[in-house]
Amino acid sequence: MEFLLVQALSGLASAASLFLVASGLSIIFGVMRIVNFAHGAFYMLGAYVAFTLTDRFAGPLGFWGGVLVASLVVAAVGALMEMVLLRRIYHAPELFQLLATFGVTLMVEDLVVLIWGSEDLMGPRAPGFTGAVSVFGRLVPSYDFLLIALGPLVLGLLWLLFHRTRWGVLVRAATQDREMVASLGVNQKWLFTSVFALGVFLAAFGGALQIPRTTVSHAMDLSIIVEVFVVVVIGGLGSVTGAFVAAILVSELNAFGILILPQISMITVFLVMAVVLVVRPYGLFGKPEGAPRAAAGISIRPWRPMTNLERSGVAAVVVVVALMPLFAGDYTLSVGSEILVYVLFAASLHFLMTVGGLSSFGHAAYFGLGAYGAALLVKYFGAPMEAALVIGPVLGLVGAVLFGWFCVRLSGVYFAMLTLAFAQITWSVAFQWVEVTGGDNGILGIWPSSWASTPQGFFWLALAIVVVCVAALRMLVFSPFGFGLRAARDSALRSEAIGINGKSTQWIAFIVAGTFAGIAGALFAFLKGSVFPETLGIPTSVDGLVMVLLGGIETVSGAVVGAVVYKALAIWLMSKTELSKLVLGGVIVLLVVAFPKGIVGFLEDLRHRRPKAPGGAGSEGAVDVAKVEAAR
Amino acid sequence: MSALLQVNGLVKSYAGVHAVRGVSFSLNGGEILALIGPNGAGKSTCFNMLNGQIRPNAGSIKLAGEEIVGLPPRTVWRRGVGRTFQITATFSSMTVRENVQVALLSFHKRLRSALGYAGAAFLDEANKLLALVGMEAQAGRPCGELAYGDLKRLELAIALANAPRLLLMDEPTAGMAPKERVELMRLTAAIAREKGIGVLFTEHDMDVVFEHADTVMVLNRGELVARGTPQEVRRDPHVQAIYLGEGLLYDARHREESAQ
Repeated sequence: MEFLLVQALSGLASAASLFLVASGLSIIFGVMRIVNFAHGAFYMLGAYVAFTLTDRFAGPLGFWGGVLVASLVVAAVGALMEMVLLRRIYHAPELFQLLATFGVTLMVEDLVVLIWGSEDLMGPRAPGFTGAVSVFGRLVPSYDFLLIALGPLVLGLLWLLFHRTRWGVLVRAATQDREMVASLGVNQKWLFTSVFALGVFLAAFGGALQIPRTTVSHAMDLSIIVEVFVVVVIGGLGSVTGAFVAAILVSELNAFGILILPQISMITVFLVMAVVLVVRPYGLFGKPEGAPRAAAGISIRPWRPMTNLERSGVAAVVVVVALMPLFAGDYTLSVGSEILVYVLFAASLHFLMTVGGLSSFGHAAYFGLGAYGAALLVKYFGAPMEAALVIGPVLGLVGAVLFGWFCVRLSGVYFAMLTLAFAQITWSVAFQWVEVTGGDNGILGIWPSSWASTPQGFFWLALAIVVVCVAALRMLVFSPFGFGLRAARDSALRSEAIGINGKSTQWIAFIVAGTFAGIAGALFAFLKGSVFPETLGIPTSVDGLVMVLLGGIETVSGAVVGAVVYKALAIWLMSKTELSKLVLGGVIVLLVVAFPKGIVGFLEDLRHRRPKAPGGAGSEGAVDVAKVEAAR
Repeated sequence: MSALLQVNGLVKSYAGVHAVRGVSFSLNGGEILALIGPNGAGKSTCFNMLNGQIRPNAGSIKLAGEEIVGLPPRTVWRRGVGRTFQITATFSSMTVRENVQVALLSFHKRLRSALGYAGAAFLDEANKLLALVGMEAQAGRPCGELAYGDLKRLELAIALANAPRLLLMDEPTAGMAPKERVELMRLTAAIAREKGIGVLFTEHDMDVVFEHADTVMVLNRGELVARGTPQEVRRDPHVQAIYLGEGLLYDARHREESAQ
């Protein structure tokens, strides 16, 4: 009994920092509609800066002053980022802001190592709170009690700020209707900057407060950001009270989950999130999102199938790529195979995101399931490569059938978060079910059949599979099913009113995307000869998102270009520089600012800027259809 | 002959507010029926119940004798009910023709097919529908570029794609220029009479209502307060009382008198 109480207290203490960071994220989202991926990075920066300051200046004033100054410094950095970067891309599709902040996260990770080194750092104890208090004969750090008290205090202060100050009232008004607030003559620019700074301050403060409890490390950002996403989604995006309640819920689940169900401790939190989202799609305290911004955003040019000329061009490129093994070296070919695998992975995600309008943050789950499916077949059934490549992806399909059924009930950010939750559940299973999956050690010895075991052979195999699959996906886009899917994306109201069952159409699209990702995953297993839990981790999902957005979310096949550019760049940078994350993050940020429509979208814009041939737009369309019919 | 649409005792309340209380009416094929009433009278709620978007608390909606209450919009559509929206809802990433083609593909139950180019499907039928509403010249244009009046016409073409027996039009001419309004309603009336389609529409523009409707129903505070020919309704003192503040009926009568 006493033990449980102590455990509960420890959970409450953890909840304080989680709440601080989550409330910051929630406030930023509520007003700016930005999911700030860099929030974890600011949390980490807060901890590092506080470490340096408290290290330099001893004593109570030094410690508390250091924590506060560190949070303010990081908040200033955040404000700067908002002014320099985010202001430029407010009009881009929502996901671009996520991509940009992800780029910043990558940069911060390397910068932190550059400045503070890669060793974990031990911060000082909080003066006056170094001891422990005896609770029923068990010792609880007195600092924990401070944190437990701090949570409600900050909640109260935030309430006062939002309800008793002019600024707070404006912010709440902006949360409900940004256009109206702007038309009342409020300077939105500075309102946004100040809100962003407040959100970042809370994140940095949460990080700074952690230094007496845990070591400061350069992996703090990713571990917290996932938990914070979960908290914010359970509590309801934009709700500070929701963040408070959910932070306690999640922390207690963590504290007790590890006692009761150590085997699936990591899963419990995500299971709770999944249940909350299915029962209350907008979180415990959230309100339904307003009408989402026009599906993908900027300017949608109706898609057309390729002309014969374009088809010949693509065929020529495929032929050139197919000739590569005749002159390229082994290393180039294995890099090429990896890029091909990611092309298929990105294309499958692109189908779901662009055609289906469903932005998955957990697409790696189906990639990983395909990889594990193939690996388990080889390991337990001695299946040959050919069989494993066919049956392995079925695991991705099964996962997509199961998870997709829940996910398509939601939309927008909540859909993204539920896909993330399912991906994390899958990852936890792969990581914790050691008897079957080998846990962290993965499954080794997944080698291709002899005919495909040379880099040349495997490259050809990968190329053949990827070309067929990408072509199939593209055909699907222009098929009646693809049209129905786009209809459901463009207008749920209209599609329902012309007899389209949007949810079931989206579910099928989810399954299709999951299956193709599974095929890519199975190929990946044989390329690497092994499978590890990272295959279905968050970084893999994010890689997919980056590739799709980089290629151009409004294009039919931008993902192919995005995957080639991103993966080639990442592999090349990794071999050239120690600071690959810094450079890659910088490149992502630059690309987002310079090419908000992605690479292919940018090229299409260039092409359409040229003067049009005489003849109305209508006749042009008719000619195109005629051409397509002639081509059949 | 039994009515095409028979509505009985339709009720809807939201958290204690009675939006629609016991609305009953009927509509025959080829008849053009206008539902008017001041803002907040419950017109849109009525409309959304008829096509299944909102589930009524009580009441019955029979289409050609078959109960359709409680069916989702997509099923109601399959039974032969087309509709247009007050704020146009079209597929903005597609061309004008593709918008109609999707509706046709859905009508012919082809949307589950993964084979073939959908942009080449039902080309003739799509072109015919577009020609019917006078949009054939714009068939290849991106739908997102259209002027508002053209979007309204496109909506009509989409709504006609399932060869409906009943057409629901929620403020079909809102936001259009006066000349366009007359054209669109003439067109609708001609199509409805030719194909025997029953049309129910709501409208704020009384000129449109009195010129094009065969029958006018007046809804006030969730209840039908009058029903009759445009002439009868216009002279109804009860209706005049409802509209007095808005002056719309007064204007209409005034115009009529000065014309005589």
